[in-house]
Amino acid sequence: MHGEKRTREFYILAIFFTLFVLFLYGPLSAILILSFQGPRGGLTFPLNGVSLHWFFNLFETQAVGDFGGSMRRSLTLGLMVMIVTVVVSLMAGLAFRRRFLGATVLFYLAIASLVVPSIIVSLGIGVMFQQSGIAPAWFTSAFGAQLTWTLPFGVLIMFAVFNRFSPSYEEAARDLGATSWQTFRYVVLPMIAPSLIGVALFGFTLSYDEFARTLLTAGTYNTLPLEIMAMTTNVTTPVLYALGTVTTVFSFIVIGIALGLIRALNRGRAKG
Amino acid sequence: MSTTANAEPQKRARPGLRLPLAVVSWLQAAPLAVILGVFLVIPLLLIVVVSFWDYDFAMMYPGFYTFNYAETFGSWVTWKTYLNTLKYAAIVWALTLVIGFWVAYFLAFHIRSAAMQTVMFLICTVPFLTSNIIRMISWIPVLGRNGIVNSALVSMGIVREPVEWLLYSDFAVILAMVHLYTLFMVTPIFNSLIRIDRALIEAARDAGASSTQILTNVIIPLAKPGMAIGTIFVVTLVMADFITVLVMSGGQSASVALMMRNQMSLLQYPGAAANAVVLLIVVLMMVAGILRIVDIRKEL
Repeated sequence: MHGEKRTREFYILAIFFTLFVLFLYGPLSAILILSFQGPRGGLTFPLNGVSLHWFFNLFETQAVGDFGGSMRRSLTLGLMVMIVTVVVSLMAGLAFRRRFLGATVLFYLAIASLVVPSIIVSLGIGVMFQQSGIAPAWFTSAFGAQLTWTLPFGVLIMFAVFNRFSPSYEEAARDLGATSWQTFRYVVLPMIAPSLIGVALFGFTLSYDEFARTLLTAGTYNTLPLEIMAMTTNVTTPVLYALGTVTTVFSFIVIGIALGLIRALNRGRAKG
Repeated sequence: MSTTANAEPQKRARPGLRLPLAVVSWLQAAPLAVILGVFLVIPLLLIVVVSFWDYDFAMMYPGFYTFNYAETFGSWVTWKTYLNTLKYAAIVWALTLVIGFWVAYFLAFHIRSAAMQTVMFLICTVPFLTSNIIRMISWIPVLGRNGIVNSALVSMGIVREPVEWLLYSDFAVILAMVHLYTLFMVTPIFNSLIRIDRALIEAARDAGASSTQILTNVIIPLAKPGMAIGTIFVVTLVMADFITVLVMSGGQSASVALMMRNQMSLLQYPGAAANAVVLLIVVLMMVAGILRIVDIRKEL
């Protein structure tokens, strides 16, 4: 395994891994290519000319829906969820470093939040808003519904981070006379910053993609996944693929930014 | 750092001014507790309550009736739907476990540098960041009647007519679920494998174990917690899935969650709630069963 020569096992597994990657990317690349169909092209191959027709079509006002508005709502919601997920999971991560009364209950509640089927959460929050006479909206009920999915992930990542975090750095800071806030601000925070960006990325993408929890809780205005779902049942042109390409490219930009930030932070830390 | 170095030593001598640690912990944990309380605990309790209510086409009527459950359990459709959902869960679980294990194993034991591991792991993660629904419909040009697979099969003369069961079938549902959920298996298994002490494997080899023996007696037992976490993810996701079933079966197959969604769109909330309670109990029992085998808290 650590020898210099590659074993036969390596080549078999390498082929298996390649097939897996092809399986992941194959269909996705099919719709990326097909989104450049000519104006008379259809939903399947062959390509009937090459054009940006369907992208323009996407940004025109459509009979079926409001792509721009739903994209804007999903972005705002994603950012809201991202910020709350980072702050709340960080605080919970700090809390769980000590034993406190109710810690176990809260831990299992977070795990439960992960395993409760999303459609049940959606139904429950929908009924709660209905019964209390408050109209559900993407920035209230859907926001809360998405947090029940993103927070457990954030909390679990923070657990993993703090489990590998040596307390000797904090002890050293305290011995030098730092207050607990100073220790946190100048010692702990810079060290866990890359993981926090990871949590942020997780929170944003989970929210940006969440469908089931948003189904009954979004109220009058659609978020992007709801809009896409509506389009799959109504639209039979490659405009659907253009939408796929646009949202995929957008996701790539988001993780590009996140990875860039993590690299910059790591480099800054190496220099400092 | 200069400020901390200059800080007076008295600060250490006066810890009494600070809040007690228990209170600090509670304040730090409070936002999580409040959010989960309001958006998880109360809604779940409400579902249990509503499942006993009466309803008609427009309204719900508070009360204590058990007919929602009687209808759920008494209907042959419910049992068939549960059976179908469990069938999906079992097949998807088995496939994702096998694929996930070998992918994670390859990354953890055959890729030598940590940087390369990260890159290859990211390659697996990237498709996960695009919309689930987009990833589902991306199978249409591949599996459709005039799709890539059918065109290839026909032009190679393997079949004369395009194969109809590729899309809008159980096959398509399971394929899409494996496509969507394998990453949830790869990540925790990779996480377990990467933490196995390499000295254990060397020791096993020195003691004369073959590669297969190392795999079955050392690596797989140590990977079990990761497999368990992956299993929890995959099983709960499949049990709760309605969108893949709807899109990929073309509405021809059913799952428990899809049955609930249909009730919800007909505003039969108490009926859907009774279904939700049953589904929740089934899922929690499955998770509890898995947690009995491994303590996932050790894994974190």
